Amino acid sequence: MTANLRRRKIYSGLFETLCALAVVVALIPLAMILFYVVKEGFGALNVDFFTHMPKPVGESGGGMANAIAGTLILICIAAAFAVPVGCLCGIHLSEYPGTKFSSIVRFAADVLNGVPSIVVGIFAYGILVLPVKRFSVIAGGVALGLLMIPIVVRTTEELLRLVPGGLREGALALGATRGRAVFSVIVPAALPGILTGILVALARVAGETAPLLFTAFNNRFWSTSLTQPIASLTVQVFTYAISPYDDWHRQAWAGAFLLVMMILALSILARLAVRRLERMNRS
Amino acid sequence: MTSSLTTDVTRESPSPPRFLAGEKVAKPDEGAALAQSEIKISVRDFDFFYGTAKVLHGISLEIPARKVTALIGPSGCGKSTFIRSINRMNDIITDARGKGTILIDGQDVYGGDTDVVELRRRVGMVFQKSNPFPKSIYDNVAYGLRIGGMRNKRQLDDIIERSLTRAALWHEVKDRLHASALALSGGQQQRLCIARALAVDPEILLMDEPASALDPIATSKIEELIYELKDNYTIVIVTHNMQQAARVSDRTAFFMLGRVVEYAETNTIFMNPKEKMTEDYVTGRFG
Repeated sequence: MTANLRRRKIYSGLFETLCALAVVVALIPLAMILFYVVKEGFGALNVDFFTHMPKPVGESGGGMANAIAGTLILICIAAAFAVPVGCLCGIHLSEYPGTKFSSIVRFAADVLNGVPSIVVGIFAYGILVLPVKRFSVIAGGVALGLLMIPIVVRTTEELLRLVPGGLREGALALGATRGRAVFSVIVPAALPGILTGILVALARVAGETAPLLFTAFNNRFWSTSLTQPIASLTVQVFTYAISPYDDWHRQAWAGAFLLVMMILALSILARLAVRRLERMNRS
Repeated sequence: MTSSLTTDVTRESPSPPRFLAGEKVAKPDEGAALAQSEIKISVRDFDFFYGTAKVLHGISLEIPARKVTALIGPSGCGKSTFIRSINRMNDIITDARGKGTILIDGQDVYGGDTDVVELRRRVGMVFQKSNPFPKSIYDNVAYGLRIGGMRNKRQLDDIIERSLTRAALWHEVKDRLHASALALSGGQQQRLCIARALAVDPEILLMDEPASALDPIATSKIEELIYELKDNYTIVIVTHNMQQAARVSDRTAFFMLGRVVEYAETNTIFMNPKEKMTEDYVTGRFG
């Protein structure tokens, strides 16, 4: 082995070690978070937590049934708002990639993606809470939806652009109109990826607290009215965690654990959906 | 698969080089002029531009009905651009535009009253790279019919079977019509694309190097198919393979640098070309 070759091998080994080290450094905090959440939260979780309402201070027991329902309602509203807007916008961007309008929209989506979530919360507060002088589920759902839109737009656009141009030509050559080609061939071909993008965006906003503080606010009672304030897991965890009561602290851990599990479930669902759809496409 | 393999290998060339077999004596070029009634596509002084670059220069051709017309020539000579102009596939390229006339049955393809969607239904196309949709075999062939508004299941079944049979694919796929088209082999995918194009019953079939990505066995199946289809369809085929042009086509146009150098009966082009350039190309001296 020449000296040159030996030197190259040493460099290569060095960089591989550095990369492996970086992975470990990145994984340690993640593993620790999961470890603590599971350790503290799993023990505090019981059937009552899912089925019971919060108890007044001083009484032990009780659960977060209203907050669990609240979070589900909020992310459903967010998705109902953000998925159609985001997907159609992404389709537009991939269909007309070169226009000035598209580059403005793309830039706006990137900026919106970087806006702190609390700012989005204040915006929703300004347009949906102040005029009616009441916190509401709608305001919370819209705030979360606004956070989802840029993620959905960009993933949709990028995945559509990965669809081979031959498919579009094939559809057009058979007499399809442009819209027909997009919705019957190009979008279905990119669907697994788009679906993952949507689920990832949902998982991301399910864990948001700040935008809910002045939109959906909180509610100690069971409520499903869209025009009333509603409890959510994140806000409830926040409220309980900063309280001085041990019992509430335990419940906050349980809430945090449940949130992590929900997000994990969404990610697993995304993977399963992709695998299923791709299998349909391949074999 | 094994059985079809053996039949393929032992089978004779789909359409033996007729000029070599001496079935027909090469006619002099003047005799090859087309009668007006036989003309399906008539191209007059057609120019094409990508932005400011002119890639086709005054193309004039008359393409006969129910015959196979081959377009040959070196890479970048404009064959593909030309064939894609016939069904206005180039429309989707920004900054690309054509000038001049292409008439199909006397109707101007680029005329104001021509609807491009209707045009493409009449003029089917098969691409170099097979492009089945990520759907089932059945849905692929049904695609053109469904966008045409056909919903009747029995009618669809019928046309799908007929189209797949015509594309010599029916026996290979009849038991798995609802399996994904992407599970088919390359040659089968290309025949599926042909079946898909045939299903909407076009008058003209444009083929842009349909066999260039296929192995020799799959290629010979496609060639055999072309030979059989020409009874009912006007076929224009771009090919890089000169033996293929000689085998399947009735007439051949030799393109060079965006111009038609020579256009005549295939026999004439290969046996007795008028232009020195054509002779050099078909004998493999360049290109």
